[in-house]
Amino acid sequence: MRSSVIIFPGSNCDRDMDVALKKFGFKNQMVWHNDQSIPKSDLIVLPGGFSYGDYLRCGSIASKSKIIKSVINFANSGGLVLGICNGFQILTETGLLKGILQQNKFLNFICSNVFVKVKDKQNKYFKDLKKDILELHIAHNEGNYFCSNDELKSLEDNNQIAVTYCGEDGTENETTNPNGAIKNIAGIFNNNKNVLGMMPHPERMIDKYLSGEDGSLFFKNILDNFK
Amino acid sequence: MKIKVIVTLKNGVLDPQGKAIQQTLNGMNFGNVEDVRQGKYFEIEVKEKDEKKAKSLVDDMCKKLLANLVIEDYKIV
Repeated sequence: MRSSVIIFPGSNCDRDMDVALKKFGFKNQMVWHNDQSIPKSDLIVLPGGFSYGDYLRCGSIASKSKIIKSVINFANSGGLVLGICNGFQILTETGLLKGILQQNKFLNFICSNVFVKVKDKQNKYFKDLKKDILELHIAHNEGNYFCSNDELKSLEDNNQIAVTYCGEDGTENETTNPNGAIKNIAGIFNNNKNVLGMMPHPERMIDKYLSGEDGSLFFKNILDNFK
Repeated sequence: MKIKVIVTLKNGVLDPQGKAIQQTLNGMNFGNVEDVRQGKYFEIEVKEKDEKKAKSLVDDMCKKLLANLVIEDYKIV
């Protein structure tokens, strides 16, 4: 499976993502934001970081960069596009995903492990995933997902909510919501479920000695579903 | 020509920074501060002499970049 990671000025999880993808057998290439086109890919990843210093709004400047037109065309033709953290923020700013990531409710930068519940498995990312609750890592200041009531209803009606923050036992409430996100939302899909944006970083959970391996499950599952 | 734009959060959208500022002001004995909303202010120099045209250009900029209409309103002043 061929993948491309797009690098923006200020991306800082691009190389971690490269390491993770290659570890599980993706043929990954790094693509600079100022390039016109993307090499032939089955998956495009917008990595985490602070593209353009988070100026104006997180992800807003990156969402207008040269490469983005190719990303949007790729997504509209059904290609898999994954945005992690700042990548999720960029995807909402392009309009590929609904809503916006606002500043965390308590104005703090959060860097910690969290549990997320997989809400939908009828998609190429989570189909046949062996676990329902994953332990992943978050590190963000703007992860407080917000959208209008109409948009929320359509996300719920179409099963576009991908993952939600929860406790280790799956409890979803205010105490297991780190950033104030509406309905504990940690990640969502587009209508066709080929575009996934989420705040947690699976690429930080791929080594049993360093962290945990729930991220490994995530990447392996994408590969398994591609075969 | 210089065009000025104010971008603010829509009514009903949580503004934690505004809230923190309000609470700080209250703590500084500005007890009659009931609410604070924080926004952004832009001064945009447009190479255009016709004010109407300049404002219409800036309006387009607001829709496409300066404001995110999911949570923000803008006003050209």
